[in-house]
Amino acid sequence: MNDPQPPPLVRIDGVTKRFGEVTAVDDVSLDIQKGELFAILGASGCGKTTLLRMLAGFEQPTSGRILIDGADMTDVPPYERPVNLMFQSYALFPHMTVEQNVAYGLKKEGVPAPQIRERVAEMLAMVKLGPLAGRKPEKLSGGEKQRVALARSLVKRPKLLLLDEPLAALDKKLREHTQFELANIQYQLGTTFVVVTHDQDEAMTLASRIAVMHEGKIAQVGTPGEVYEYPANRYVAGFVGNINLIEGRVTGRANGRLTLHCDALDADLEAACEEVPAAGETVTVAVRPEKITISREAPAGADRNVVKGVVRDLGYFGDQSLYRVRARSGAVVQVSAQNLRRSAKLIVEWDDEVFLSWEVGSTILLRT
Amino acid sequence: MRIRSPGLVSIVAFGYALLYVPIVSVVIYSFNDSRLVTLWGGFSLRWYASLLEDEKLLEAALLSLRIAFLSASFATALGAIVALALHRLGRLRGRLLLSGMVTAPLVMPEIITGLSLLFLFISMADLIGWPMNRGATTITIAHVTFSMAYVVVVVRSRLAAMDESLEEAAMDLGGRPLAVFFDVTVPMLLPALVSGWLLSFTLSLDDLVISSFVSGPGATTLPMYIFAKVRLGVTPDINAITTLIIALVALAVGIASFVTNRRRSA
Amino acid sequence: MSDAAEGHDDRSLRWLRRAVKFPYFWLLLFFLAPFLIILKISLADPVVAQPPFTPLLEWGAEGFEGLRITFSNYVFLFKDGYYGIIYLSSLKMAAIGTLLCLLLGYPMAYFIARQPPSRRHLLLLAVILPFWISFLLRVYAWIGLLNNRGVINELLLWTGVIDAPIQMLYNDFAVYLGIVYSYLPFMILPLYANLERHDLDLLDAAADLGARRWRAFVDVTLPLSAPGIIGGCLLVFIPAVGEFTIPALLGGADTLMIGRVLWDEFFVNRDWPVASAVSVVLLLLLIAPIMWFQRLQAREQETGR
Repeated sequence: MNDPQPPPLVRIDGVTKRFGEVTAVDDVSLDIQKGELFAILGASGCGKTTLLRMLAGFEQPTSGRILIDGADMTDVPPYERPVNLMFQSYALFPHMTVEQNVAYGLKKEGVPAPQIRERVAEMLAMVKLGPLAGRKPEKLSGGEKQRVALARSLVKRPKLLLLDEPLAALDKKLREHTQFELANIQYQLGTTFVVVTHDQDEAMTLASRIAVMHEGKIAQVGTPGEVYEYPANRYVAGFVGNINLIEGRVTGRANGRLTLHCDALDADLEAACEEVPAAGETVTVAVRPEKITISREAPAGADRNVVKGVVRDLGYFGDQSLYRVRARSGAVVQVSAQNLRRSAKLIVEWDDEVFLSWEVGSTILLRT
Repeated sequence: MRIRSPGLVSIVAFGYALLYVPIVSVVIYSFNDSRLVTLWGGFSLRWYASLLEDEKLLEAALLSLRIAFLSASFATALGAIVALALHRLGRLRGRLLLSGMVTAPLVMPEIITGLSLLFLFISMADLIGWPMNRGATTITIAHVTFSMAYVVVVVRSRLAAMDESLEEAAMDLGGRPLAVFFDVTVPMLLPALVSGWLLSFTLSLDDLVISSFVSGPGATTLPMYIFAKVRLGVTPDINAITTLIIALVALAVGIASFVTNRRRSA
Repeated sequence: MSDAAEGHDDRSLRWLRRAVKFPYFWLLLFFLAPFLIILKISLADPVVAQPPFTPLLEWGAEGFEGLRITFSNYVFLFKDGYYGIIYLSSLKMAAIGTLLCLLLGYPMAYFIARQPPSRRHLLLLAVILPFWISFLLRVYAWIGLLNNRGVINELLLWTGVIDAPIQMLYNDFAVYLGIVYSYLPFMILPLYANLERHDLDLLDAAADLGARRWRAFVDVTLPLSAPGIIGGCLLVFIPAVGEFTIPALLGGADTLMIGRVLWDEFFVNRDWPVASAVSVVLLLLLIAPIMWFQRLQAREQETGR
């Protein structure tokens, strides 16, 4: 390696955490670079919260090490780590005002009082809470509480800020707004953020990189685009976004393209592929619903990646419509189409016989 | 759902009347000039005046207050520790025994608690020469023991309702365990500690049976003194004491509700 | 790493682990040990001495000489039918008192739980408030009311309802009244806590399915409030069995309750071994309801508020 990457800010090195018989985190290794907004995405119970709590210092790994900025943090208690956590419940001290809440961490650090006042005021201005400094948390709205919690965990200028489901407690409209605000603040401060979430949309829009966790293990790490467009395995493909999983038998290979036949859809498929599965082997390909074109006429000049079927369900969502198309064998393919035009009549209706088609590049070959 | 049944409403009214008629009647008769309890002899404060001259009564009241204050404070401290331990220490040795011992006094007949504690004190005096005399100290010990149970109940329910991430948040922000305890845990538990203390104070001030058993010659608490008097029937000066206690309780409740209301609206 | 995997949580609680030893020891010494002693004394012979019982463990010049146990105190309790009658009568009086308490407490708790929240608070406070005034004095207050020349009799005489005063004090009636009056809050609070949690949609659902008001109450509310009923009844029954103050002040000479007998056995007859045996048997009688109550409490703790 001639051009070494800068050392990672966080290095999680073979970390395993067991609670009695249950393995919550299973041999996880992960590097997080300075300045990243990193998301750990997974369903509840996948071990993401345990991993976060180990980073914060509330749990100790059963085995493995955690390094932050090169220093081994495995045995360092939470109150001595250069890490702060924004709790899902926000955990604002109800007996302290907004100002006292934000000042608490600096006080424990022994920062002189005038400086505390200055830094707290600065922080509250940044999250636009200056006028509410004297309020008690119970008098704040959900969004305001969230911003106090953010200010409180950022005021100590941690090397690493952990956020546990930061937007889960907010309603939908506010969540979208806050999402951008959070990314903005992260960009301004340059602090490394690690967000734990079960909400893929949140992870996709916020993060610069995502780690998808499943059953205590990392299923895939990559940018949102990579995770969405090139899922590494069936779990990630199914968890992130909607997807059609199609099983097929390999029939041949030419020009870096793989041809296969799918019995359920009675169709020949084609996918880009670098490795060579043996002919006759069964593989899974995946196609995102929005990558599929739906039409009543057969697409001209294409005989691969074309499926014939009947529209069984139709969901109208305003900006897009979702179709469930059934092939003759009974297999169902989901298709979504943008409603670009404001037409009174949809092009495709219930029980219409339709042709589905997609480009070779949209087919994802899944090995596991 | 609105309740319209006149039968139900009259039962409820009867229940409240049952709770308050005796108290009201005692208050009224405490101002009765007549020595004969039921005859109204005109308004008078003579029974209140006679209280002030009753040195034994004052002595007993003072002793009771002293014991109540001490035992409530001890019981609150010990009870809070037990509640915290039962709530926080998952792997506590003898946990079952501890939680059993601390809830049993809630339902133990007082008369058994009193008798058994007396036997303990006698045996201890026999064995190690302490306590040589039974009195304020032994009563205080007895009161701490049963009051603790009430404190544990109050504090535990508060702990169960408390968001544990508050303490983690304080620790995350750099608070060491002891600092976190005083910065967050104690303020969070304060309402429970106050009501636990008040409950213990009242229970101690009120206790007749256990005190009678574990007391010795010379140590007479207020309930013991009152009991000795009322066993023989109604005496007007006891009416006056009751009225004073009611006034005190009313005052305390008034202050408490004023304080909580103000805190809520602040 | 090895075994240090207990987390910082545990580390930060080390002080608590140390601190809890004090109340633990306190309870062992002042709560558990006394029961062992009472058991021991109930197995000793009475003697005219101070303390008035024989030592159980004999320590001679040679050291431990033996254990002296006698069951004579228990035999005495069982042979003398007097005690059996008292135990039964205590249980009976506590049971009737508890039932009366339930009959009055249930409608009250139900009524309070169905009021608008602000008024609920006030009504509940009114139930609890007398509790803060001395128990002894509240029981005493009834003497003035129930006397032959007390408020109630005078009132009835004056209005001409009766010609001669009714004997209301110093009998079982007064004791029942005292139990209901003193323990009413203990009945109402668990009942209220239960009834207040009920989903009122259930009653609407029952009505929607054709049940009339009363039927809906019997079919839905009553079964759902069973834990509250059991909790309240145990909370009244258990202390009522051993009650001393109420029978001592309001009861008559023929009111037989074990608390009073125990008191007399101890303070008047000074027969400590028999008094101990009496309380051991009382405890055995109460152990089933106490365990029941403890289990109920534990379940409440688990399901959480």
